[in-house]
Amino acid sequence: MKAKNKLALAPWVFTVGFFVLWEILCHVLKISSFILPAPSTIMGAVWEYRNQLAYHAMHTLWMTLAGFGLAVGFGLLLGMLLGSSRLINAGTYPLLVGFNSIPKVAVVPILVFWFGVGWVPPVMTAFLISFFPIVVNVATGIATVEPEMEDVLRALGASKRDIVFKVGVPRAMPYFFGSLKVAITLAYVGSVIGEQNASNVGIGNLLTRASAAFEVPLVWAALVVLAVLGVIMYAITAYAERSMTGWAQRSQMAA
Amino acid sequence: MKPFVDIHDVTHVYARAEDGLPAVQNLNLKVNEGEFAAIVGPSGCGKSTLMKLATGLQFPVEGTVIVDGRQVGAPVKLAGMAFQNPTMLPWRTTLDNILLPLEIVEPHRSRLRRHKAEYVAKAEGLLAQVGLKGQGHKFPWQLSGGMQQRASLCRALIHEPKLLMLDEPFGALDSFTREELWCVMRDLHAAQKVTIILVTHDLREATFLADRIFCMSARPGRIVAEREVEFPRPRDLEITYTPEFSALVHELRGHIAQARQAA
Repeated sequence: MKAKNKLALAPWVFTVGFFVLWEILCHVLKISSFILPAPSTIMGAVWEYRNQLAYHAMHTLWMTLAGFGLAVGFGLLLGMLLGSSRLINAGTYPLLVGFNSIPKVAVVPILVFWFGVGWVPPVMTAFLISFFPIVVNVATGIATVEPEMEDVLRALGASKRDIVFKVGVPRAMPYFFGSLKVAITLAYVGSVIGEQNASNVGIGNLLTRASAAFEVPLVWAALVVLAVLGVIMYAITAYAERSMTGWAQRSQMAA
Repeated sequence: MKPFVDIHDVTHVYARAEDGLPAVQNLNLKVNEGEFAAIVGPSGCGKSTLMKLATGLQFPVEGTVIVDGRQVGAPVKLAGMAFQNPTMLPWRTTLDNILLPLEIVEPHRSRLRRHKAEYVAKAEGLLAQVGLKGQGHKFPWQLSGGMQQRASLCRALIHEPKLLMLDEPFGALDSFTREELWCVMRDLHAAQKVTIILVTHDLREATFLADRIFCMSARPGRIVAEREVEFPRPRDLEITYTPEFSALVHELRGHIAQARQAA
């Protein structure tokens, strides 16, 4: 078999192997399905609750994408600002880092005071948790423009704006797309946290209710649905990265 | 004849210099219009500072810099630059890289969109002149180092600058490629009538290409010797093997050695 085919098959083999091993261990060690249900039990629950799961999953997907979209827009803008001005960068960095250090679960109650229970807190939480990596990466990409390149353009009379848009932003794109992969998974964390604490729908809310009622297989089923959604969104951003910044992925390591 | 570039009694200290020592001190230098000048000197003598002063990227603490009859108080806008590192943008094709200055400099900036074909033809003409005919569609990282440097020269010339500043443009190339590019540079200068200031470590390069050579001292940099090069143009690479050529290189080497010792 060719090395390339092996690489393409590897994720499937490893994933299936993981679940098979899990299934076998559950049966051999006779683990109670209250502690750790076997994958077959979980898949059974996914099928059984499919309508409910699909409804809530769609809601979570919307919350995540809305928060993620806000984070991309805001992150790009703030990143461009921070990357092109050393003063703003130095001034706002401690604030940004401090803000990012606050666990976002702790912010949800404030969002509930402000907006009440509903779709706003999950979207806001997803946004707040995922914009930081985008800002940092875009700012870094712009701030590290080669000084020679800057000289070439400045000697032509280019303004700061010209340099940022002609060189800084395109050059920051690989960093930006890299950060999107981190941000999309974070956005999931954010929307689920928001739904758990301040929403009546969504996988997060379903999780809270299922665990309160000790419906263990349903809890696991919800987790599996989240994982699958996460993988799909990650794959989409990774694909966007490859098709937008092919020029940056020519190293042997990226192949 | 009035000099095109006139650096008069210039002293420059970088604001960020830790020791507060000037990078150049009481620097005097005059280059005539259309002339090919070379600046040689020991490393760290402020050659790059001189480039920044002449293009208006830095302003002198003392003294005056006059380019094209005007005192420099902002980036001069009529300069093209090329460095040791070709600094091509990897997301643009070679052709789009070469067109980049036109997206900045007026009047091309506002004409570019409507007269694209005309500019592309011009860029392709330049590519052919430096021996890269038909390579414009490739990305710079698909070209060898020497080819990237040729493209970088095209980018420096596309907007027909009156002043071309070259900071060791051939420093990272092997000696055969370097000699090839000397000839490319010689032909470009003959064709474009542009004033060129070449900063280099290579005395043979300076002697082969330049009409006038300035030797700089170690930091703080000053001009310690000025030498006109009388070899008739067009020059052939063969002249680099004549005794007169060697004698001149040897003489320059003497100046540099002295400058190093004085430091």
